[in-house]
Order: sequence, then structure tokens, then C-alpha cells
Amino acid sequence: MSNEIYRLTVNGIEHEVKDAWAGESLLYVLRERLGLPGTKGACEQGECGSCTVVMDGEAVCSCLVMAATAVDADITTVEGLSLDGEPTDVQQSFVEAGGVQCGFCTPGLIVAVHHLLDRNPSPDELAIKEAISGNICRCTGYGRIFAAVERARDQRRAMQAK
Amino acid sequence: MTVVNATSLQQALEALHDHPGARLVQGGTDLMVEVNFNRTTLHDVVALRRVNELKRWHIAEDSQTIRLGAGIPYAEMERSPLCHHLPALAQAARTVGSPQIRAAGSLGGNLGTCSPAGDGLPVLSALDATVHLQSLDASRDLSIHEFMLGVKKNARQPNEVIVAVTLPVLNGFQGYAKVGTRNAMVISAASVCVVHDALGGTIRVALGAVAPTVVRTREAEAWLASQTNLAAPLTVTPELAREFGRRAAAECSPIDDHRSTASYRRHAIAVLVERLLLRANDHGKSPR
Repeated sequence: MSNEIYRLTVNGIEHEVKDAWAGESLLYVLRERLGLPGTKGACEQGECGSCTVVMDGEAVCSCLVMAATAVDADITTVEGLSLDGEPTDVQQSFVEAGGVQCGFCTPGLIVAVHHLLDRNPSPDELAIKEAISGNICRCTGYGRIFAAVERARDQRRAMQAK
Repeated sequence: MTVVNATSLQQALEALHDHPGARLVQGGTDLMVEVNFNRTTLHDVVALRRVNELKRWHIAEDSQTIRLGAGIPYAEMERSPLCHHLPALAQAARTVGSPQIRAAGSLGGNLGTCSPAGDGLPVLSALDATVHLQSLDASRDLSIHEFMLGVKKNARQPNEVIVAVTLPVLNGFQGYAKVGTRNAMVISAASVCVVHDALGGTIRVALGAVAPTVVRTREAEAWLASQTNLAAPLTVTPELAREFGRRAAAECSPIDDHRSTASYRRHAIAVLVERLLLRANDHGKSPR
């Protein structure tokens, strides 16, 4: 594949990637070629989790995925979490708990937290810390981020109990 | 530049044959850092992500060995059931990067990159792993000690894929420990794997990030065997463990670099070896 067209399935929509260098990261392709800038790029070496997306059911750093190798994958970005354009429960919890400071880590965290709660509806404190241990908040606002995750978890539990 | 997304091992081997010198990529967690920072020139790439043969594992019929596909992600090694068969590997996997990295990274990548700080490699060394390599027309097995040649150098030929490793299923303590500049998301400044083969009566120790490649401390191992009976249960005194750590640390050749200093690394090795040997000693014994 040299400057060939390839296709990526992002948030359920198939996109054509044209005239791209085949070594580009998924992060770069999402932001610069597919017009999906919700995924943030920061360290570009897998240290910070800002670029977290879900690929075939796993949360991964999109900066470390060669986009041209993800042609068959099912990719979900932060833009694909809300089905109706309204904030998701996790996004709303981050707002209400004050889990957003500068906001740079927020999209990656939102993706990681959705991934956690979709697999484990009742994570304890340790499971929450573990699940978002790859997402660095440069403002160091972890207390309110943990509170936001717990809030989203408790709301989902309450919904299920009804 | 050509990218081949292989969907079978055969297809990957054919692609390597057709594109000599192509870079193999499994999870991408090493290669893409190099690419993102323009530290490497990419020509052709053969991606192994979709090769399911590389993601399987099985225990031999005689229950003596376990064969792990080279593409199994660290996240799977951390979890049951693999963590019960290979506890030190599970502990090492648990220290690799973040959950995002562990969902992608693999032993095949660890072996392919062959960094002295690769977290899986001391475990493979302490367990005397066999590395299985395959090309389009041949396959060969190498001892892990023959496979690792130096800093980011290994015995893989350009037309070969690292397909699997075979490890013994042992009865006895297996532990892994590392130090770095912080607790999480850190590349090892020094790492240690200690394996107790209770039936064979050996303690095996491998050290990471303290030499051009992983070091097996064979002199210290032989010395320990001469001092005490290593067939289970262990009766290692604290003094013996301390001296063992000191002797193991004497067998590495650490350097000063941006991650640590040679003297700290040597000190850390002595402490970690001592600590893991004491854990091995307490393993399976009821708390006093």
C-alpha cells in the first residue's frame, strides 16, 4: 500500500483515507485526515493516554497504532460515544463532579471510563484507578476525576436497580 | 512503502519473502514511537495484528511445558488462566506501561525489539525459554540465551517471524520485580526475575536493564546451590539471601544513562534479588 486508498471504520462509519503516508499513526489520521479532532495528541509515545480510542473492544493509544494496519478494525473515538449529540452519562458526570480542568486529558479519560464501565459496571476504587492509570491529567485533578467516575458508576447502578 | 495486513502466518511469511527487510509490527507500541519521532525510516511493513495463530497458547500433553504465541498481548498474560501457569510473567506483564499499552504489546514485540529493559525478557531467561522462529521454507528453535545478542540485537533473520515461545511449567515460586523512577508507567532501571524449580532443585535468576542484554547469574546460582538444598521446601536464612543478592549483582555490568546510574542499578539488583529469594523462601509456608 503506497499512497493507496485505504478504509477505516470509525464510529460505525467507513472513511476513505487518500494520499496518506502509510506510516501515519491512527491519531494523526483521525485528526488531520478524517476531521475527528476530539482525540487529543500529546506525548505520541504511549505515556499519557490523551489519544485513547477503543479498537476492537480494547482501549489503546491511537498514537501507537499504524492507521494503515487498522483497516479491518472497529474503532470508537470520543465523538462516537454519544448517540444523540447530548453528553453521555460519563461526560455529564465529569461536568457535575468538576472532573475537567484544562480539559486536555478529558477525551481520553472519557473513552477509558466508558470502556471500563461497559465491561465492569461495579468497579471499586482500585479497579477505577487501574483502568485510568494510563491517562495522565497534567492539572493533577485526579480527586475529582475519581469522583466523576464513581458518580457515573453509581448513576448506572441506580438506573439498573429501577 | 508497502503495508501488508497479514491475516494468516502463511501470508505474513510470504509477504516477508516478497518484501525482504520489511518491518514486522504486532502491537506497534515500540515501532510507532520510533516512527512518530522520526527515529526510523520505514520502508515496507508486515502487520501481524490479524494473525490469529500468533495469539494462541496451549499446555503440552505431558503438562511439562506451555507454548505462548508471540502475539498474545500482555493484558492476557496478567489475567487468569495464564497468570496461574506463569506467575512471574504475569507480574512482569503487570508492570508494562499502562492498560492501553498492555492491550497492544506482546512478547513477540519484546523479543523483536530486544531492549535490555524489556520486561518480559528476564522471565524468559530465568525460565530458559525456547524461541520459535519461522520463515517461508524453514523453522528453527533457539534458546532464549542464543536469541538475545545485545542492545536491540537478536538472532532473528530478516525473513523470519517470531511465532512463539515455549516455557516450562514449574512447581515453585516465580517472582518478578523492577525499579524505575516512579511506580507506574515506567521503563525499568533494573529488573529481576527469580524462579524456584522445586523439583529440579534450582534457583534461577535473570537481570534486566543492567547489561547490553538480559543476564543470567549462573555463578551466584551455583554458589547458592552449594550452600543449601534447593529442593523444596527452601530454608534460606536472611544472611544467605543478602549474600546471594550481592553475588548476583556482581555478575551484571550496568551503565550510567538517563534512567539511572550504574551504582544505583547494582544496588537495586542486590536488594531485589535478596527480596525475591526471601519471598521464594516464604512461598507456600503458612505465616508465622
